[in-house]
Amino acid sequence: MAAGAAAAFWAVLERDLLIALRRRADVLTTFFFFVIVVSLFPLGIGPEPGTLREIAPGVVWVSALLAAMLSLARMFSGDFADGTLEQLVLTPQPLTLLVLAKVAAHWLTTGLPLVLIGPLLGLQFDLPVDELWILVLSLLIGTPSLSMIGAVGAALTLGVRGGGALTSLLVLPLYVPVLIFGAGAVAATANGTGAGGHLSLLGAMLMLSLVFAPWAIGAALKISLE
Amino acid sequence: MAINWFKYASPPAFYPLAGKMAPWFLALAALLGAAGLYIGFFAAPTDFQQGDSYRIIFIHVPAAWMSMLIYVVMAFWAGLGLAFNTRLSSMMAHALAPTGALMTFIALWTGALWGKPTWGTWWVWDARLTSELILLFLYIGYMSLAAAIDDPRKADKASAVLALVGVVNVPIIYFSVQWWNTLHQGASVSITRSPSMAAIMLWGMLVMVFAFWSYCIGAVLMRVRHIILERERHAAWISEV
Repeated sequence: MAAGAAAAFWAVLERDLLIALRRRADVLTTFFFFVIVVSLFPLGIGPEPGTLREIAPGVVWVSALLAAMLSLARMFSGDFADGTLEQLVLTPQPLTLLVLAKVAAHWLTTGLPLVLIGPLLGLQFDLPVDELWILVLSLLIGTPSLSMIGAVGAALTLGVRGGGALTSLLVLPLYVPVLIFGAGAVAATANGTGAGGHLSLLGAMLMLSLVFAPWAIGAALKISLE
Repeated sequence: MAINWFKYASPPAFYPLAGKMAPWFLALAALLGAAGLYIGFFAAPTDFQQGDSYRIIFIHVPAAWMSMLIYVVMAFWAGLGLAFNTRLSSMMAHALAPTGALMTFIALWTGALWGKPTWGTWWVWDARLTSELILLFLYIGYMSLAAAIDDPRKADKASAVLALVGVVNVPIIYFSVQWWNTLHQGASVSITRSPSMAAIMLWGMLVMVFAFWSYCIGAVLMRVRHIILERERHAAWISEV
């Protein structure tokens, strides 16, 4: 059973990654959305380097939140439309594990690209090197939580009227702690208090969501498929 | 005498009970509210620091307490409905949400009115204000999700999952906002420092708290009656009431 469950996890992960690879445009849309939103802020606020350095962590993190949210609709909707999701729920494998595989695939295709482009966008905002590293690290620990929490919202709004806007209404308030500690980590490095505490709390939230979110996602999917 | 509590888990049994209880609670709310406001406006002395502006505390604090309490109670009923599949529990959760949102809104609004004369600004990004604002967003999300799903039983379950996720997050949000606040703007405003309150002020506030409790219970019972009528309109017992 355990081996079967592991095989099912990898099969779902591989399948979702393959689909993402075949539909590259979907992945790139989220990525470029993130880049464009971040680039809009200096245009709106002004090119003063001191100001930019100060707002950079918040801008990058808020944009990451929006980008993660934008991609949530795609997480289950395709599988929901063609009946794959129903089959996944019906399999004897634990649903929490399959859901975890789907969330992992979502993060690899939408979260990880944001982490990788983070330093480049940080440079645009004139961030010093040590803050750049912390920014990348905070994104690396924080964005999986975004995928986890977001998946709960996506599963709840599956097949519901006005799904996209509704998802953001449900999910964005729950993203607040991740935003605070993600952006706070970079700000704490800037003012010399050290980012250790913030990063640890981001890690704690990731662990917490790893334990609870798959259960909530599974329950929400079952309700949506009724 | 043993009361069979499960009897009242059935809408036909609860509907008349709620109808009998609601007016009493609302009357009690009016009575206590009048008494509390009298103490607040006439009996309580003027504060030597804040003048008369502090008197809004008699509305503000009870509303803020109710706003947080109702979310927990709502999540409790939603969870009960999810676990035992009882219709009435979910209806209670739905009935609580608008009252909770109203209390949150009152707390925010009176807080702004209080903030202007005492802090010189309508709004500060204080930890309590910010978490109260996010609480309002959570209520709005809950109500929007419940309203967006046409099938009531499905709406019950989906919004119950959201309420449970929310109730786990409320303390996390509260502490994260608190820490964020201390990092960003120091202690420019402190509402945690509580000056020793005159006994009469405390009494006024306590009476107002009970008035708010009674109002909320009464209003929720009225609302749950409407929800029962709406959902059970095809049932035979409805035509008998």
